[in-house]
Amino acid sequence: MTWFELPLAQLDESFFRDRSDSDCIADNGAFCVQWVVDNFGDRYVTPLLEHLVLVAVSVVLGFLIAFGMSLLSHRRRWLVPPFIGVTGVLYTIPSLAFFFLLLPITGRGTDTAIIALTAYNLQIIYRNIVAGLANVPAEAKDAGRGMGMTDRQLLWRVELPLSVPEIVAGLRIATVSTVAIATLAVFAGGGGLGEQLVGSNLTFKTNVLVVAVLAIGMAIVFDLLLLAAQRRLTRWQRRDAPARRRGLIFRRGEVWSPG
Amino acid sequence: MIDLPLAFLGPFGDAFELIFNGVESPLARGEVGGLSEVGEFTLTHIELSAAALSTALLLAVPLAVWLGHRGQGVGFAVPAGNAGRALPELVLIAIMVAFIGTGFLNVGIALMILAIPPILTNTYVGISQVDRTAVEAARGMGMSEAAIALRVELPLAAPTIMAGVRTSAVNVIATATIAPLGSVETLGTFILSPNVYGDTTGPLAGAILVALLAVIVELGLAAVQWAVTPKGLKLQRAAA
Repeated sequence: MTWFELPLAQLDESFFRDRSDSDCIADNGAFCVQWVVDNFGDRYVTPLLEHLVLVAVSVVLGFLIAFGMSLLSHRRRWLVPPFIGVTGVLYTIPSLAFFFLLLPITGRGTDTAIIALTAYNLQIIYRNIVAGLANVPAEAKDAGRGMGMTDRQLLWRVELPLSVPEIVAGLRIATVSTVAIATLAVFAGGGGLGEQLVGSNLTFKTNVLVVAVLAIGMAIVFDLLLLAAQRRLTRWQRRDAPARRRGLIFRRGEVWSPG
Repeated sequence: MIDLPLAFLGPFGDAFELIFNGVESPLARGEVGGLSEVGEFTLTHIELSAAALSTALLLAVPLAVWLGHRGQGVGFAVPAGNAGRALPELVLIAIMVAFIGTGFLNVGIALMILAIPPILTNTYVGISQVDRTAVEAARGMGMSEAAIALRVELPLAAPTIMAGVRTSAVNVIATATIAPLGSVETLGTFILSPNVYGDTTGPLAGAILVALLAVIVELGLAAVQWAVTPKGLKLQRAAA
């Protein structure tokens, strides 16, 4: 028995065993409500929680590493291009390929999935922090210096707070993308919602829809939570709201950038 | 045949052996792998990705140029892009397989859906952000609206559009790896058929090939982006 099986022709008999709504399942109906009610707890709660952990851990790790890198490169501008280059390669390597490249080194499991997802995140978060810091108005920095701030005070009290919108925008993109990509973690043996999509589960319509709703729902919830956090952290920033509504200003995160 | 002492590379050596020379299948159904099979899968991988990407371009670019030129649809183009990020690749393929079916066309459509949001959003944003004075100058010279859109806005938006195309291309190539789930034999076949290629060597070989392909395409498109960026924009950036 291998961890992954390709034949997709018929439904797994486990779908029928001790399950209700068997007519609907036999027909592979579009959405067998009763089956979902009866099986949600058994089949989906654990993968959902695993998925949450994968996303939370890899985004937090990605943020910590990217934040460290931005602090390093902030006063050493020459570090920015190599950092962008290295994180860009990590971002470009498809996650699925990354899992298997890591396999001989870290083995199969959650760690491998988290390493790959974290590596994928770095570029998105790092770019946004750097852009945020670069967009801080020179007047604000001058004012800080005029008040006698040291470089360190200037960074923590002026530059970083003013970069919060772009930093959170980066975190939002990273989180939403990671929720999506973490469905592939199953191929690394890392569990998550993808676990419900391998083998014959892939042809069971009800199952596919439940996983889709859970994964997309999780992405939306994370996005809204981070948006709320961003609003709370940036109450001072309201003046560009009308122009934004008219479509005159786009935040960096809204444009897609490659590695 | 390449005869190299690859054993010292461990699993990676086995993977290269599979790629270059072929190996005995774990199920003993004869030789598998080798450059001809790699070539075949690579070709399908590229065909599938290219078909999806070019269809996405044909659909998304004209629509976004039109919307961006008219300054309409910000409530559509940007949220469409953000929604695209939340769509899991595996789920998209699964929906296609479960509800519509397998095969080149169906998987290609799934990949096309995946490719549209970055291209749509970036083209829209790129066109909208073109310097208004350049557009006014073109209008003052008597250019028609279509000529403004195609000969002024489109070139000036090229770098942003290409950034979206690169993102889509890499996404599509990455996702084409799971196309074997929809019965299309791309490079992902090495990864997803452990019964044929082994559950370490095959996946590793597939991963190396897919990663290489993604990096090559990314670099190639970066070069294209450089080539299509108008000289004036390059000068402007160098000065900034």
